[in-house]
Amino acid sequence: MKKSSVVDLLLLLLTIAVLATPAFSDLVLSKVERRIDVTSQFARVTKTLKVVNSGSESVSEFTLTFPKFLGDNLAYLSVAQSEGKGKSKRHLVILSVEAANPKGKPDSISFYSVALPKPLNKGDTLTLEVVAAFTNVLQPFPEKISQADIHLVMLQESAQYLSPYAVESQSFSIKLPSARIESYTNLENTKVQGSEIKYGPYKNLPQYSYSPIVVHFESKAAFAVAEKLVREIEVSHWGNVQVTEHYNIVHRGAQLKGEFSRLEFQARPNPRGISAFKHLLARLPPRAHSIYYRDDIGNISTSQMQSDSKKTELLIEPRFPLFGGWKTFFTIGYGLPLSDFLFASEGKRFLDISFGSPMLNLVTEKLIVQVVLPEGSKDISVITPFAVTQSQEIKYSHLDIAGRPVVVLEKNNVVPDHNQNIQVYYKFSNINLLSEPLMLISGFFVLFITCIIYTRADFSISKSSPAYLAKLQWDEVLATLQEVQSIIQKCLATHDKLEASLRDLSRTGDIQICKAARKSTDSLLKDLSKELKPLLAFLQSSPSASQIYLKVEELVAKEKELQEKLMAKHTTVVEGYEKKSSGRDIENRIASQQQKIITLKQEVEDLLEFIDEI
Amino acid sequence: MAALESPPPGTPSAMRHAFGSVLSALILLLIGVLAFSIRLFSVIKYESVIHEFDPYFNYRVTQFLSKNGIYEFWNWFDDRTWYPLGRVIGGTVYPGLTLTAGTIWWVLNSLNIPLSVETVCVFTAPVFSAFASWATYLLTKEVKGSGAGLAAAALLAMVPSYISRSVAGSYDNEAVAIFALIFTFYLYIKTLNTGSLFYATLNAIAYFYMVCSWGGYTFIINLIPMHVLLCIVTGRYSPRLYIAYAPLVVLGTLLAALVPVVGFNAVLTSEHFASFLVFIIIHVIALVYYIKGILSPKMFKVAVTLVVSIGLVVCFIVVAVLVALVASSPTKGWSGRSLSLLDPTYASKYIPIIASVSEHQPPTWPSYFMDINVLAFLVPAGIVACFSPLSDASSFVVLYIVMSVYFSGVMVRLMLVLAPAACIMSGIALSQAFDVFTASIKYHLSGSSNSKDDAEDKTSTNNASKDDGSAGKTDKGEESAKERSSRKGKKKEREPADKPSVKSKIVKKKALVLPFEASIVALLLLIMLGAFYVIHCVWAAAEAYSAPSIVLTSQSRDGLHVFDDFRESYAWLSHNTDVDDKVASWWDYGYQTTAMANRTVIVDNNTWNNTHIATVGTAMSSPEKAAWEIFNSLDVKYVLVVFGGLIGYPSDDINKFLWMVRIGGGVFPHIKEADYLRDGQYRIDSEATPTMLNCLMYKLSYYRFVETDGKGFDRVRRTEIGKKNFKLTHFDEVFTSHHWMVRIYKLKPQKNRIRGRAKKLKLKTSSSKSAKKNPWI
Repeated sequence: MKKSSVVDLLLLLLTIAVLATPAFSDLVLSKVERRIDVTSQFARVTKTLKVVNSGSESVSEFTLTFPKFLGDNLAYLSVAQSEGKGKSKRHLVILSVEAANPKGKPDSISFYSVALPKPLNKGDTLTLEVVAAFTNVLQPFPEKISQADIHLVMLQESAQYLSPYAVESQSFSIKLPSARIESYTNLENTKVQGSEIKYGPYKNLPQYSYSPIVVHFESKAAFAVAEKLVREIEVSHWGNVQVTEHYNIVHRGAQLKGEFSRLEFQARPNPRGISAFKHLLARLPPRAHSIYYRDDIGNISTSQMQSDSKKTELLIEPRFPLFGGWKTFFTIGYGLPLSDFLFASEGKRFLDISFGSPMLNLVTEKLIVQVVLPEGSKDISVITPFAVTQSQEIKYSHLDIAGRPVVVLEKNNVVPDHNQNIQVYYKFSNINLLSEPLMLISGFFVLFITCIIYTRADFSISKSSPAYLAKLQWDEVLATLQEVQSIIQKCLATHDKLEASLRDLSRTGDIQICKAARKSTDSLLKDLSKELKPLLAFLQSSPSASQIYLKVEELVAKEKELQEKLMAKHTTVVEGYEKKSSGRDIENRIASQQQKIITLKQEVEDLLEFIDEI
Repeated sequence: MAALESPPPGTPSAMRHAFGSVLSALILLLIGVLAFSIRLFSVIKYESVIHEFDPYFNYRVTQFLSKNGIYEFWNWFDDRTWYPLGRVIGGTVYPGLTLTAGTIWWVLNSLNIPLSVETVCVFTAPVFSAFASWATYLLTKEVKGSGAGLAAAALLAMVPSYISRSVAGSYDNEAVAIFALIFTFYLYIKTLNTGSLFYATLNAIAYFYMVCSWGGYTFIINLIPMHVLLCIVTGRYSPRLYIAYAPLVVLGTLLAALVPVVGFNAVLTSEHFASFLVFIIIHVIALVYYIKGILSPKMFKVAVTLVVSIGLVVCFIVVAVLVALVASSPTKGWSGRSLSLLDPTYASKYIPIIASVSEHQPPTWPSYFMDINVLAFLVPAGIVACFSPLSDASSFVVLYIVMSVYFSGVMVRLMLVLAPAACIMSGIALSQAFDVFTASIKYHLSGSSNSKDDAEDKTSTNNASKDDGSAGKTDKGEESAKERSSRKGKKKEREPADKPSVKSKIVKKKALVLPFEASIVALLLLIMLGAFYVIHCVWAAAEAYSAPSIVLTSQSRDGLHVFDDFRESYAWLSHNTDVDDKVASWWDYGYQTTAMANRTVIVDNNTWNNTHIATVGTAMSSPEKAAWEIFNSLDVKYVLVVFGGLIGYPSDDINKFLWMVRIGGGVFPHIKEADYLRDGQYRIDSEATPTMLNCLMYKLSYYRFVETDGKGFDRVRRTEIGKKNFKLTHFDEVFTSHHWMVRIYKLKPQKNRIRGRAKKLKLKTSSSKSAKKNPWI
């Protein structure tokens, strides 16, 4: 690997020297400041270019170039024109950039053309701010290390700015994660200040000047790369935006060779295994709630959350420490309040949410963002700050009929600089919100109606089958039984009246009232027994009631007996009062009757209860 | 029911009926909710995850089913287990549970309710325990009326023994099988009470579902014949019995033979013979009754002597042939597990692999108290209640409890079969007791209000009269049921029998009224007993039975500590090894490795091939080199051992090691148990035998263990290990989990023996080393 890259460099130099490079307009870069930051796992380059038009024609296009090995790994590029003087007043205008393919372009150089907002006239100057991020440019070297080794990486760059324009003054600095530098290419004007290496300034460089440098240093950054990240953002107009993110993480640093010893990894005070990373930090939006962290086989219990009004920080620890080359998979999910992310404009709603992963310093090789809109959304359009592949799908979720429209955005090679907001515009009417509750309600309604119909309706196939007839008959018997019961109940109530009259008698001594009561009950009871007769006859005639009839008969007989006893008692008491015999005497006389009455009453009640249960 | 009676609305009794049925429906619904929710402790305290070992296999099968469909499932040959033999899953698995969960999942998904297969699997068991308690209600209602039914259902909803097998996440066959068992019994009793062929057919189908779900179906197919036999012997034969039994045997056996895992076993193995024998007997009896009906008594006597003498001879011959056939097979036609049920010492003598499973051990006394708690005291009362009066149905539940008590005494696992029986019995006991107490309280209250004037001389007579009432009520439900059944069966033979029983009841009733204070106190005590039971059940559900066993927790001073080592290492295996790598471990971890790590294993919890398990056991108990050779011949890449010595996790491989030695030694005689024991004691300290200290299991468990604390103190065995500093020659440590509970080793590649090449290699490495110094020139 290392050899081949050196060969690459040589080739590059050769091609630059040999090829007649395409001619570009007469722009001159009066001042170039380049800073490259490699404290994380990718290289982030910021450049400030001061452009002067020294030619005679006005220019509307500016060309950026990178060596091909960098250009191929370019993840992010943004060019802004800064206006105004002084750092605080600087006003940045983002310019559009696209890959260019000029004629006679050497293979070893990648070209990007920047459209200037207004043509640059002769003698005018312009300041451009360029930010670029490159992944995979920090090559682990050696490629395989053991658990105890430190993690070394190397970076190739050019000390001089590769440009199709002449450069008058150029400075270049590399910011390293630590002061521990194994080696670096020492050119003239090279300075090392702590963890920073400075090249230059170099003056008056011709077009396409190039001087390769290599820096070999220790990196403690987590080389966490998501091979694939699927973010599903589901909008619910009930007040929630649910984000679910599936990560396939791999450690892209130097691979672990030999054993992994937990003993050494946990050893205190000198743990071995610093090349492994244990944590990942996700910075979630504020007011994130219902956060979970799990994988295929269940919850992962090693995570911590801190939240305040500005952010929610989730520190997650994979199930095992990740050494070089090790992989893992997990899912995190969280809910966000809808009002923070959904807005309305011009009759449309739009969702304004971050595109990339909330993980800090995570490089994503393939990012798929699926925005699931509510069922019934229309006129969907997406605005992204950079180019992504777009497509649409349908997803069926809870009780959907038509399915929910899903906007799928795909992008390769995503770095944290891509964490900009995207806007998804759509139309949605609030009535659709009620469709699912209404569906549920009507579903249950239909269910209950069916139950009611089923229990009420007669579903027997043959109306003349013996079983059906028997059932009909049985129903009739039951109805009759009910009537019998009610009559008996009435009888009992009359008995109670009679008893009450007796009690009144003992209190007031008014025999006449008592006798009147007796008369009325007599007639009542007679009526009732008349009513009872046809019912009993029916029961007797019905074959299916033969069992019950015995009981009913018994009941009626018992009731009759009870009646008689009561009457007898009544007569005795009244007579007693008429003869003015003492209360004790009367009581003694009716004592035996009283006992029988109670027994009979109990029996009647039991029989009633029994019939009741049929 | 309401439709059937259709009383004119408005009458008080109709209102009472409607109110009663609505109330009991509501109670049943609440019981269902209780049964479901008491099993959610595991989800709330831990997480929604599949538990333990076998559930992982079932989960994996369900995943396969939901992904590939039913036909692929029947034909599934699983090559990720029992390497290199593989396993025909479709033909060796009881498909009931998987098909049930698969169907639920399919229905939900076609309704666009996107639940994952895992969620469905986790909640299958709680849902089915709600069904089981409803089935218990139905069964008990058939036996002793709906009051007893409700009590039994409430008891079953939270009986700890059943909870232990059906908490959310324990996705095992028993989860649905207990429901199927109770429901089959219910349908049998229902058929017996009604004599309806409709229920007989349903019964056969329920039996089929049970056969699909669990190997314990043999319990049904032996218990029901026994009950039939009991009925015949006690002179309770009736056409209803015939209808309840004969269709079950014919249809049930045919259906059972459809299940691939049972197949022809349904007619070939001894477990099923009892049913066929009783099938013959019941036909003979039916014939006898028929002949008795058409012959005069005298003729009948002659016929009996004739037939009996011929019949005896024929029977003798048939029995002799059968015995000879059965005796010719080595296990006498019984499977090992069934044999160990009949002879509790069988397994420990002949099949160490069955004996090694802790749930196949006989239970201890405390475990009865733990698992069925106060039910153990209520059961005898329930049995007594079942004898007054003894009906077909109550004799069945008595037989059921007797048999299940025996079986639970042999194997802890079968405590599960005992639990429903105990609940039914206790439900009957409780409901009868409540009936008696409330009736006597009611009597006393009404008695005192009725007669304020003459309280003294009435009591004695009142007693007698009221007694009739209170006890009459208790038996009414049953009586009416009987009456209805006899009517439907178009038999009036019961009528005469009823009369004396009513008289005897009156006698009994007198004894049943208790003094007011006594019944109040007894009622309070019963309620306290019930409360104690509820408290115990909730405690058991929350504390004892909810741990998923793949993740352990311990409460320490600085809060809850989680030990998630198993999943840590399974996740490592699944993401950081090649898809086709083979992992060797003791069989306990086979199902989990295939399900969670998706790696091929050598042996797993389906212990169908003893030799294969013995091979792994032998490797674990051999010295390193021999073990390496065995594993290499099996194409094994990684060896996984579970080690609890660092944190004190007792069920680790070192504690299971003797079983590996025994099982290995059973097939490969050069492994002798005595070599691993010092004076009959199993130890790993400096007194241990050299064989023990040099075996692979010891080395893999304790590799570099001494460096953790300098002494190598094993927290499980509470001793310092015997051999402390050693190097592994044939294995590389590739992963050890956070608490050292799981350690994974990789087999070193075979050494290269060519000297010249080895030198070259050395040269190369040295040159690359020099390059490392300054790579950029």
